[in-house]
Amino acid sequence: MPEERPARSARGLWNGSISFGLVNVPVSLFPAYRQVSTGLRMLAPDGTPLERRYWCPRHEREVAYDELVRGYELDDGSFVVLTDEELEGLEPRKSRDIDLRRFVPIDALDPLTFDRAYILAPAGDSTKPYRLLADAMEESGTAGIATFVMRTREYIVAILARGGILRAETLRFHDEIRTPADVDLGERPDADPRSVEAMKEAVARASRDAIVRSELQDEHARRLEALARGKRRAGEGVIEVDEAVGEDAADGQVIDLMAALKQSLRAQPKRASPDASDTRSSAKELASRTRAELYEEARRRDVPGRSSMSKAELVRALSGRHAP
Amino acid sequence: MARAIWKGVIRFGEAQVPVRLYSAVTEGRIHFRLLHGDDLVPVEQRLVHPRTGVVVSRSAVRRGYRLDAGTLVMLGEDELATLQPDRSRIIDVKRFVDPSRIDHRWYDTPYWLGPDGDEEAYGALSSALEDAGREGVARWVMRRRTYVGALRAERGRLALITLRSADEVVADAELEAPEGRALSAQELSMARQLIAALAGEWDPAEWRDEHRERVQELIEAKRAGRTIRLEDYRSEPTGEEALREALAKSLEAARNGQAVA
Repeated sequence: MPEERPARSARGLWNGSISFGLVNVPVSLFPAYRQVSTGLRMLAPDGTPLERRYWCPRHEREVAYDELVRGYELDDGSFVVLTDEELEGLEPRKSRDIDLRRFVPIDALDPLTFDRAYILAPAGDSTKPYRLLADAMEESGTAGIATFVMRTREYIVAILARGGILRAETLRFHDEIRTPADVDLGERPDADPRSVEAMKEAVARASRDAIVRSELQDEHARRLEALARGKRRAGEGVIEVDEAVGEDAADGQVIDLMAALKQSLRAQPKRASPDASDTRSSAKELASRTRAELYEEARRRDVPGRSSMSKAELVRALSGRHAP
Repeated sequence: MARAIWKGVIRFGEAQVPVRLYSAVTEGRIHFRLLHGDDLVPVEQRLVHPRTGVVVSRSAVRRGYRLDAGTLVMLGEDELATLQPDRSRIIDVKRFVDPSRIDHRWYDTPYWLGPDGDEEAYGALSSALEDAGREGVARWVMRRRTYVGALRAERGRLALITLRSADEVVADAELEAPEGRALSAQELSMARQLIAALAGEWDPAEWRDEHRERVQELIEAKRAGRTIRLEDYRSEPTGEEALREALAKSLEAARNGQAVA
């Protein structure tokens, strides 16, 4: 029953385990960024939000999402088709784990390597292994390094602890970062020691103890919002839309992820086995999840043909189905 | 010769340092195209009016700003144009701070900066930032967009890393750490020792995108008509009772130089 579900950790973008020696810490991964609504919607001249649809130029007709396949283009212009199942099958044996085998000083990580930040919430019966790892890591000043696969892509990740919370920062691979030589930058030009001293003084004069959050604000986003608010006050160009459909529905999901993260961090240890609720997922509860979440569930239960299923088909395939 | 993507002048107080900007990253991931399954022809994306089904051309598309759930405000091209920042070549350094003030979470896209005509000023600034251990917070307009970035000395050169906005980054204060019964001093001590036993150097070249390599292999195999065996694996979470034993075994293995897990 949905009312009993809060004890089960809300599911993040990725769910798996951090393995630390023989200790496995189940975690749920959430973004450390909010989706900010700077993106402008595309509208028809009459103000209706437009939909993005796929068109096959050979058949000269629209193609639904579940008629699409993913293709890798060869030099001769033909394509090799790869299915989701095939890509998943390539995941390494322990891809559901973030296997921490190496701890490095946080300061040793190259600033150019950091890509995106995530927050990890405990997902198991007990928060104890999570807290133990967070506590011990924070004190050591190190980051645990591992690779893991999320949505058919491999990431190097640095796991860091701060304030009792585990964070994951994806890192760029070595070959994704250009060196100064790659962009033909020579050695640092020699400067007269007096120029260096003068520059140091200028830097010192412009130095402050702290950064100011307002300096990191997106001014353009603010002006855009002010313009839109002004127009609404004047009653110009205001459009009411149904957010249950189209691209706006995705925004709601992102906001939910934030709420889900906070809930997961706060969740009390529960008594039931983590899979007990999964075996009796009601169709109604399943329908409230996104296709990506349903797909993840289908993959866990090894539902055949899942990659070509629509959301409704995934709900049908999963409801009443028992975990193996 | 790598092409600079932009030219500007770093400015703070009386100081002016002309620089060229180069992208410091390359995209390593494998790209796929979306195809129609029936004929393997790449599909086009079209913008369609949901009620009439009429395709709307890019030039006829209007823009809407989402104010609240369910409310959009339509904005004209002329109105949007008034919001565009003025063109400028100035990289305006607002202040210099201790580098620890800017957390990694803020970092977005890195660029290398090279000297643009004044080698002396470039050399002096990169040496000064390195010696003083300072990082600048800068603002500039590039391709009609405003950026905020961190100006750093990096490998003896200057680098500029764009920063995410304050609205985007979730503040630490918003999150509460998980709570529970007090941790045992003995388990904590074992966990610390295990971290110490697994301590090592950071060598980025050691970490390869093996998944990308496997995808390439699969593509090759499928092109040649071969099949590839697929496998699956999951770990069992460690319960509270088993925690101490798992730590002790791991620690022993790590100390003996064996592979753990």
